[in-house]
Amino acid sequence: MRRNTGSHRSRAVVLAAVAALGAGLLSGCADDGDDGSAGSSGGGDSKGKTVVTVGTYGVMGFKQAGLYDEYTKLHPDIKIEENVIDPASNYYPQLLTHLGSGSGLADIQAVEVGNINEVTTTQADKFVDLSKADGVKKENFLDWKWAQATAKDGKTIGLGTDVGPMAICYRKDLFQQAGLPADRDAVSELWAGDWQKYLDAGKDYAKKAPGGAAFLDSAGGLFNAAVSGSSEVYYDKSGKPIYKDGPAVKKAWKLATDASASKLSAKLQEFTKPWQQALANGKFATVSCPAWMLGQIKEYAGDKYKGKWDVAAAPQPANWGGSFLSVPQAAKNKDEAVKLATWLTAPEQQAKLFEKQASFPSAQAAYSLPQVADAKLPYFNNAPIGKIFSQAAKDSPTQILGPKDAVIKQNFTDVGLLQVEQQGKSADEGWKAAIKTNDNALDQ
Amino acid sequence: MTAPSGFTPDTAAPPAGQGGAAPRAATAPAPDPAEQRRRDRRSRRYRLDVRWSPYAFVAPFFVFFAAFGLFPLLYTGWASLHQVELTNPTHMEWAGWHNYSRLWEDEFFWKALRNTFTIGVISTVPQLMMALGIAHLLNYRLRASMFFRVAILTPYATSVAAATLVFALLFGHDYGMVNWSLGLVGLDGVDWQNGTWTSQIAVSTIVIWRWTGYNALIYLAAMQAVPNDLYESAALDGASRWKQFLHVTVPSLRPTILFTVVVSTIGATQLFGEPLLFNTAGTATGGADHQYQTLGLYMYEQGWVNLHLGRASAIAWTMFLILLLIAAANALFARRLRKSQ
Repeated sequence: MRRNTGSHRSRAVVLAAVAALGAGLLSGCADDGDDGSAGSSGGGDSKGKTVVTVGTYGVMGFKQAGLYDEYTKLHPDIKIEENVIDPASNYYPQLLTHLGSGSGLADIQAVEVGNINEVTTTQADKFVDLSKADGVKKENFLDWKWAQATAKDGKTIGLGTDVGPMAICYRKDLFQQAGLPADRDAVSELWAGDWQKYLDAGKDYAKKAPGGAAFLDSAGGLFNAAVSGSSEVYYDKSGKPIYKDGPAVKKAWKLATDASASKLSAKLQEFTKPWQQALANGKFATVSCPAWMLGQIKEYAGDKYKGKWDVAAAPQPANWGGSFLSVPQAAKNKDEAVKLATWLTAPEQQAKLFEKQASFPSAQAAYSLPQVADAKLPYFNNAPIGKIFSQAAKDSPTQILGPKDAVIKQNFTDVGLLQVEQQGKSADEGWKAAIKTNDNALDQ
Repeated sequence: MTAPSGFTPDTAAPPAGQGGAAPRAATAPAPDPAEQRRRDRRSRRYRLDVRWSPYAFVAPFFVFFAAFGLFPLLYTGWASLHQVELTNPTHMEWAGWHNYSRLWEDEFFWKALRNTFTIGVISTVPQLMMALGIAHLLNYRLRASMFFRVAILTPYATSVAAATLVFALLFGHDYGMVNWSLGLVGLDGVDWQNGTWTSQIAVSTIVIWRWTGYNALIYLAAMQAVPNDLYESAALDGASRWKQFLHVTVPSLRPTILFTVVVSTIGATQLFGEPLLFNTAGTATGGADHQYQTLGLYMYEQGWVNLHLGRASAIAWTMFLILLLIAAANALFARRLRKSQ
């Protein structure tokens, strides 16, 4: 009998422990959603500072350019934490799930240009309208950049950070050896106005291609560059997808497959390891060069090619890539987040970011600032990149974006053109494969 | 043997139906009604305790299973009957069997199914055969056997991500180690990424590398349970080591082999990380021509790249049903095996 009551007691203890454990685990899981903002319980840390979290993909450069430090010096009661999700392809689905559940969001969330239209059209009610924030000036930004993150009802959910105005980066030494003009103005002149001229120059280059280096890195890169110069690409004005017969897509496809058929391309896939290795080994002479590409070239080509690369204007002004900063309604420190996002995207800060990280400003007001206007990069033979890229940015057309831009673009380059270039299929087969994959992706 | 003091045969066997305390209770005065009630209550509580406590003890598992296993399973099934997009996951539109009938006509789905099957075969079969061989070798008396046992398990302990990224480099076209070594023996480099078979073999290599040691250890454990006299008598009959392996080891290991086949088959059906990361561009297409896109990868692409949650759920449920089929086939096979013995 006594033994029984004894075990009763211990059993009760065990049960209580189990229950407590279970409850602890359950509440632990319930808390999980907030983990995205690491360590910011309730938005304040032990020293009573407000922690503002910034969610980004890849390197956006704010931290590297010292902007966070500068801001916290100006606002001693603020602490900034950045949560980087890498690779970028994991970032967007996570952002969507967090938006759907309304938890786990950082105070500021970056959005890539390929996704901004989908976010703006389907999720606008989940974001703060930044056009009404203090200190935000619409006229500071490029018109088309501002328009990209503005919903039909006039609500602007993202402030532009960088843009990707297009140039062509080329190996000056290789051009010289191949008997082409090497001076950047002469090179720009060589293909001014038409991407076809760029291919023609490539054919001249190929006759005397020095050291087995191909003319350009990849058909995919050329496709993206050419397509980015049109205002209607994958969607028309009414929002209907036109990737099957849009003139811009067809023209760029022809260019890219021609380049491949004329063996001008090194048959790489951009941003992959082999592509990086080819840069390091000098396996191609030109690459379509949005401003952010400069950093990639510098990093992977390395010291060996310092001064051998140069930057010329692209055949047509175009923009490829760029990002926005947005503040979700569910952010813990909405007001502070809006202030920080406004500050980070102000022209002065964008100019600093350009100076340190070569992210080209979407704030046109920054173009006249000395950090941009007088910018020259020693690595690129002291090319006046500020001038080249501001010109391209100002001349770029306002692009009509669609919700699935990112997916469509990826299927054209990573399925269609890759089949042509790397699997040796015909341009026609590649096109059909890309269209089929896109149809499947867009079909609901 | 002496009986302990106070021990008498009378009290040694209490009357049937009464507890061990019966003799003393019989001599004690009849309990008052309050005491009786308390006892009743206690014994009722005792019975309840015996009856329900085990459930309480196992409850946490079931609660968690319901929350994180059963509910997602059922919810996925429910979602698969709707059109749901990740851009607005709470908005569901009834679609009936559309997602499933669509899969039936979806060439990408069939391709993924085929790829899953071929990659499954070319990874599982060599893997298990090699594991059997390695286990056989490790079963011999050898120096530092513990070291070897731990060593063959290390690939299993590495993360899929790390292993796959390294292998993707090894299988690189221009600067990969594999092509470099092929070049040493005068062979042309192979474009591992782009061929259908080559890419599938490359992906299988990663799987084989990671799991062979694990299976070898399972076999080794089973082998050590095989009675030594079987080998001795086989040896007396003049059976070679190879003959012993074929006629003693393998038959004794049959249930273990069956187990590993099932586990590996399930693993192969769910193959995901290796083909995803083998693509150096990090996309979910499984190569330019979807040549190594598995079902898992296709589900991921539909759900998290194309954002069609409903269709991804339908793929998930189809995979689940395929696994059930495999399990059923296996059960049949196992029963046959038992009968034939």
